[in-house]
Amino acid sequence: MELQVIWFVLWAVLWAVYFMLDGFVLGAGMLQAVVGKTDAERRVVINTLGPVWDGNEVWLITAGGATFAAFPTTYALMFSYLYTALLLLLFSLIVRGVAFEFRGKLDGPGWKAGWDRAIQVTGFLPALLFGVAFGNIFEGLPMTVDGYQGTFFGLLNPYALLTGVLFVVLFLQHGALYLSVKTAGAMADRSAKTANALWPAVFFVAAGFLVYTPFATNLLGNFLSVPALFAAPLLAVLSLVAVRVFSAKGKPFHAFFASCATILLVVGTGVIGLFPNLIPSSIDPAASLTIYNSSSSQYTLRIMTVVAFIFVPIVIAYKIWVYRIFRERVTVEQVTGDPSAY
Amino acid sequence: MDVLALSRLQFAVTCMFHFIFVPLTLGLSVLVAWMETRYVRTGDELYLKMAKFWGKLFLINFALGVVTGITMEFQFGMNWAEFSKYVGDIFGAPLAIEATVAFFLESVFIGVWIFGWEKVSRKVHLMSIWIVAIATNVSGLVIILANGWMQHPVGYVIRNGRAEMTDFLAVLTNPYGLIKFGHQITSGYAVGAFFIMGVSAWHLLRKHDNPKFFRESFRIAAAFGLFATLAVAFVGDQSALEVVKTQPAKFAAMESVWETQKGAPMHLFMIPDSDGGHNHFETIAIPNMLSFLATHSFDGEVRGLKSIPPDERPPVLPVFISFRTMVAIGSYLILMALIGFLLSRKAGVLEKYPFFLKLMVFTIPLPYLANQLGWVVAEMGRQPWVVYGVLKTAQGVSKSITAGQVFGSLAGFTLLYGFLGVVDIYLLVKYAKAGPGSDRAAH
Repeated sequence: MELQVIWFVLWAVLWAVYFMLDGFVLGAGMLQAVVGKTDAERRVVINTLGPVWDGNEVWLITAGGATFAAFPTTYALMFSYLYTALLLLLFSLIVRGVAFEFRGKLDGPGWKAGWDRAIQVTGFLPALLFGVAFGNIFEGLPMTVDGYQGTFFGLLNPYALLTGVLFVVLFLQHGALYLSVKTAGAMADRSAKTANALWPAVFFVAAGFLVYTPFATNLLGNFLSVPALFAAPLLAVLSLVAVRVFSAKGKPFHAFFASCATILLVVGTGVIGLFPNLIPSSIDPAASLTIYNSSSSQYTLRIMTVVAFIFVPIVIAYKIWVYRIFRERVTVEQVTGDPSAY
Repeated sequence: MDVLALSRLQFAVTCMFHFIFVPLTLGLSVLVAWMETRYVRTGDELYLKMAKFWGKLFLINFALGVVTGITMEFQFGMNWAEFSKYVGDIFGAPLAIEATVAFFLESVFIGVWIFGWEKVSRKVHLMSIWIVAIATNVSGLVIILANGWMQHPVGYVIRNGRAEMTDFLAVLTNPYGLIKFGHQITSGYAVGAFFIMGVSAWHLLRKHDNPKFFRESFRIAAAFGLFATLAVAFVGDQSALEVVKTQPAKFAAMESVWETQKGAPMHLFMIPDSDGGHNHFETIAIPNMLSFLATHSFDGEVRGLKSIPPDERPPVLPVFISFRTMVAIGSYLILMALIGFLLSRKAGVLEKYPFFLKLMVFTIPLPYLANQLGWVVAEMGRQPWVVYGVLKTAQGVSKSITAGQVFGSLAGFTLLYGFLGVVDIYLLVKYAKAGPGSDRAAH
């Protein structure tokens, strides 16, 4: 296989895994006040995320770093073209990280309420912004060989906004399901109910997205030439249905994993349609950034492939190990009795 | 101001802010790991308390270091797209490797360390802080190798309109980067050591604040600090030799040397005149000293700024002042670490020197300042190049962004970072003053 293709797959996997993992952190953040009715319960929500959020965010750093190393031209143009959107994203991620650490450090009610609000808003904003960004990538950016011809407000077009909403509801459901397996008693019930209530919304937005996509983008082409690829969107829909079925049967763990699969498959569907583009141009096909015209040299790609094939499995192994260490449900009694909890 | 000036200013602001937190993370991670090691080995609860107390301060500091680091990775693409395109084939690799190899470890195991006290065995818990400490150091190494390549590019050719990597091993073993890493890592250790010594001194001045705890903390930090400050100076000297070899313009600016000469003297005091191409004033010359520092030979030749075309000279005054101040602070720190080391050998001696303890409290910011100034020398001294001899800074800036956008982002960063910085320092001071055993102070 060509190294560029390997890196396209890796690039897609890094983003998909990032959304699967940070998706529930963002979702649980948005739902913090819905699931946590008291101060102690809101602390529980943060502590379900405490041991893992930082490691999850590194998938984003790695996706960014991998884009830089393997496709430097795409990295350079994507980040400078989407300057303002990325800035808002950065600010959200910065505030979210310190909010987890700072919230428990002072006692005033205004202090805690303020950081709680920050956690909720910085759960919502990145979800929306990532969705809008990927919606725009699927559609293509208005770029010519001379550069970017679009504006920040041009990014807020209907299809991109729909993708943004899709990310928000997917992550909301994902976060609710995560909390239903990571909290106990009334909180777990509330989380499961929230997930159930969200499911129809996720379903309709996802259906709308699937129907709208062939009209707004050129993603359909690859599927038409290799019909077997339709398996990806089909499995995405099936896994979303599975979320509902498992929830109804009272199997929250299964429902959460089905939700993980949904997110991976939604991202997978998009990038399959994108191939071999990384960012298509919506106005001049010659200006599209592909894995061939924006990649690093073969030498660099070879070195990075070796590094990735050695270290990514190791990362996955110790991450699974850590998730197992912290597999138990987090309770109010536990966080109030543990001085090192957030 | 134009996009270039604003982007440079923004890079300086975000990078220097990020670097308030990084050196303490480098130093404290190792010291906390060492304290926990003592606890696991001896079973003495004092060391457990120490690991927890200094660990809490470590975490308050760590949080801002992590989140402000994301900005750095994004910014190369956002503001420096032409740079990223031109050198991404080489420069992108270390950034991706840093995330994959080191940052994952650090971020996953910090979670184990914070939340795992009751969930994993003592040994696994100890292992997790060591993994954090080692991964933090490896992160630093890889990032400085990337910066080292910008300072002294190796293992590349210019091909297909960009710099392409031809020798990865050369990039990894770039002497400039390795020496710089040595200089930086030991500077980080010094920040950690002086932080612990300073906070401990504050508590020792208040006689009832658990003197045993802070005496022992001080003792550990002083030994580490003495080693660190001496190592900073030793590696710094090596670093200067490397600069002379690879970046003569930077060295000439550091010492404000205009004329090329053999057996050059060093002037203890002088005031450079960048525009006039000479020094206003020089006094107290130490004969042949500059040649010795630059080449380790008293007759060695030191290149002057006049041998370098004016449009390839760095701004002399800020580089010169930063370098001198850094060296002065470094020398002062060696002295203070030595005194601290000697006084902390025997219990009860430190408390007899309240003036020294007070001085140590006010010394806390100085290693931070020296770290920042060192980077001013490194980065301003490289100007007008972003990649020395290969790409000028002005050629690296993004073409698709406007001055208005960068002005907005710079204002946003300044406000957000200003607020977070104030909060973080407030929390650090509060928890540092609260002392150990105040675990349940808030939540």
